[in-house]
Amino acid sequence: MSATMQQKGRMAQLVDWIDARFPMTRFMKEHASEYYAPKNFNFWYYFGSLALVVLVLQIVTGIFLTMNYKPSAADAFASVEYIMRDVEWGWLIRYMHSTGASAFFIVVYLHMFRGLMYGSYKNPRELVWIFGMLIYLCLMAEAFFGYLLPWGNMSYWGAQVIVSLFGAIPGIGEGLVEWIRGDYYISDITLNRFFALHVIALPLALVFLVIAHIFALHEVGSNNPDGIEIKKLKGPDGHPVDGIPFHPYYTVKDLVGFIVFAMLFSLVLFFAPEMGGYFLEHANFDPANPLQTPEHIAPVWYFTPFYAILRAVPNKLLGVVLMGIAVLAFVFLPWLDRSKVKSIRYRGWLFRGFLGAFAVSFIALGYLGLQPATPGYTLAARVFAVIYFAFFLLMPWYTRIDQTKPVPERVTFHTH
Amino acid sequence: MMKKTFHKLFLGAVGVTALSWSTVGATAESGAPLQLARNDVANTASLQRGARNYVNYCSGCHSAKYVRYSRLAEDLLLTEKQVTDNLMFSGERIHDTIKIAMRPEDASHWFGTTPPDLSLIARSRGTDYIYSFLKSFYLDPSRPTGTNNLILPGTSMPHVLWELQGLQRAVYDGQSDAEHNAVHKKFKEFELAKQGSLSPQEYDQFVRDTVNFLDYIAEPMQIERKNLGMRVLAFLIVFFLFAYFLKKEFWKDVK
Repeated sequence: MSATMQQKGRMAQLVDWIDARFPMTRFMKEHASEYYAPKNFNFWYYFGSLALVVLVLQIVTGIFLTMNYKPSAADAFASVEYIMRDVEWGWLIRYMHSTGASAFFIVVYLHMFRGLMYGSYKNPRELVWIFGMLIYLCLMAEAFFGYLLPWGNMSYWGAQVIVSLFGAIPGIGEGLVEWIRGDYYISDITLNRFFALHVIALPLALVFLVIAHIFALHEVGSNNPDGIEIKKLKGPDGHPVDGIPFHPYYTVKDLVGFIVFAMLFSLVLFFAPEMGGYFLEHANFDPANPLQTPEHIAPVWYFTPFYAILRAVPNKLLGVVLMGIAVLAFVFLPWLDRSKVKSIRYRGWLFRGFLGAFAVSFIALGYLGLQPATPGYTLAARVFAVIYFAFFLLMPWYTRIDQTKPVPERVTFHTH
Repeated sequence: MMKKTFHKLFLGAVGVTALSWSTVGATAESGAPLQLARNDVANTASLQRGARNYVNYCSGCHSAKYVRYSRLAEDLLLTEKQVTDNLMFSGERIHDTIKIAMRPEDASHWFGTTPPDLSLIARSRGTDYIYSFLKSFYLDPSRPTGTNNLILPGTSMPHVLWELQGLQRAVYDGQSDAEHNAVHKKFKEFELAKQGSLSPQEYDQFVRDTVNFLDYIAEPMQIERKNLGMRVLAFLIVFFLFAYFLKKEFWKDVK
């Protein structure tokens, strides 16, 4: 008994010693045990913490892959097979990383859609949103560079197609493409620099941006499915009456969400790691071959909504520009949305209709981007692309005239 | 209500994606429908026969350069001596991978192309494709090898298994279209022109075993992967129960 007391005393002394030199306890309080989050988070609020989990997973598995991967055109493909066959648990680490890449986009897309539904980009969370969009851009670049590394034939031709898009820029296009590749074609030099960007530059940027995203969020406080600012109504203790400490309430809740995610992740990882050719494409089991194009080149599924927009436009330059706008348009949402209310729960049918049509067109474009460009599919892609852009372009109009409902003072909450 | 609608939308999206998966790889490039390989990598006897077929009929031209003999011994439940005596013919050592003696330059000279390495062929083409390919050689005097293939028209690969299968002729449902000076013909079936040493059923089994072996070497850990997956899922279910009740306990205070 007395031994434990003494032990605790020593532990507390150590904490005091650290706190005098580094704000450890203050930091834990500010961001966990005394960070007050709204108590009415629903299903959609799991995806932020899940995105963080997947980021850590990708970094840790990535470090172990790097130990046996060889970033050269001559060795890359064979080194991946070496990892799959001869490295102890190598196959598990590789599948975690390849499944993790797709999982990252799934959770991030759901996380972003949550933001659209509940108006999480609106004042005062504009910077949270912008940091988030920068994370998304870095993630796209990270995934693109990483996809070249296995040096399969789809890696090679996918990179070839995407890099050549920059050639559409008038004047500097050709030179820019050469500068990106470092060569006249996708070569060993390109592989080497993509490796550098994939394992150092972009992960570093991602980690810094994620920290900025969370700091900005904790400065203003989390939004919630009702879109109510819980800080406006504080109790006598100075804490929001509708808020609960993130730790332990949301740490235990997110743990449950994480386990469900881990189950779904394991189903893919252990029973369908290729996911029918969508997570690992069949053509990528042939080594890169500059003389032989795969039967049908399509980017991995998470890029296909934008790829479908690119292909739907007859003019290459205009296609590239519209594709860029399709990605960047999200950045402007805080200023395009003129509604008085944040959450879809208190918005009218105009916004609900536009958001629903947008979600459908995003998924439809994603599907079309995977299909060969037949005239029928191209026409469909044009229709959905128009809906996609209408969501953004018409937003100032439909959010202003939309019939909104009065927002209550307290959040909707049913005891569990 | 709105929430439910979005859940439905989300599920709908999953459904659409699942639908499109089922169509991947249903036909060959040539448009010919594929036959199902129906192989089973858990069948070790079949894998052992497939390994024998591979070294006897394929490995003259096709390497499997990522596959180690020692791994074969381990996974196919063979002793190293059995592997050395039955599967290794040209002085390789047990930790070597399956390489070929033919130089790539010679191969292009003889066949007009280099025979591909088969380590990953089952993953890049699919087992049904290989199964159908090996069953679809037919007589075609216009080809230098004397045979052509319905699945990969114009293939430079000769029908190396002809002594086993025999030689088959393609029968077409044809109609001549004199007006356009063309013949519209549609493949109907194969008929055996020359008997082989195996019956059609025995040949199917021979090909199935070979495809099974190719499926195994493309991903040697696939059985281990599924076994581990079951254990991981079992652990996660138990972990879920603990975490769920822990969460419930904590959230009792939230009013």
